[in-house]
Amino acid sequence: MANEMTQQELADKTGVTRQTIVAIENGKYSPTLELSFRIAHVFNLPLEEVFSFNYDEDLVLRKGTK
Amino acid sequence: MKEKITIQEKQILVSVISSILILGFYSLYVYQKYIAGNPEILNDFKFWGRSFLFLIPVSIVVQIIIHIIFAIINKIITNEDFPSITDERDKLIELKAIRISHWIFISGFVLSMGSLTLNMQPYVMFITLIFSGFIAAIVSEIVKIYYYRKGI
Repeated sequence: MANEMTQQELADKTGVTRQTIVAIENGKYSPTLELSFRIAHVFNLPLEEVFSFNYDEDLVLRKGTK
Repeated sequence: MKEKITIQEKQILVSVISSILILGFYSLYVYQKYIAGNPEILNDFKFWGRSFLFLIPVSIVVQIIIHIIFAIINKIITNEDFPSITDERDKLIELKAIRISHWIFISGFVLSMGSLTLNMQPYVMFITLIFSGFIAAIVSEIVKIYYYRKGI
């Protein structure tokens, strides 16, 4: 999608490393509430549209980055 | 799919290798310069105090130099920059690693006190202390790699 941002751009906008964004996307790290809100703020979406919680798969970042 | 090694994992591997090299070469240096030919020095508390105190700055300076050299070589080969920030995930992994290394060092400390209780030579206590500190440092780095790879 043309308006998708890179992992590095999202990392820069939320003040974390690109590796942390990758880990969140892969379900290997559950971000703090503060970082979750910052990510949602970047996408200008409510938290529940960006993240979902599944008891089997834990926290997953739904909004795609390329 | 095989995961690519990240810059943090590379840094950790460099730390592990440099820790092993530093203690190895330092032990060899101390052995050749002081212990070989004069094993009685092993029970001299002043010798151990000086060895410990000298090891700390040497270790810090050499680690810094090795990391700078690694950063330069890595930049030339991969054109990859080191992360300029330490974020919440890095700090959490660091804390978990410190907690584990703390327990390993404390176990070594208890063992070293046990050696005194069992009337072993004082050098056994000092060697146990150095060894437990070394193992704690190495395990701490391995734990970090584990959490970076497997997730936290």
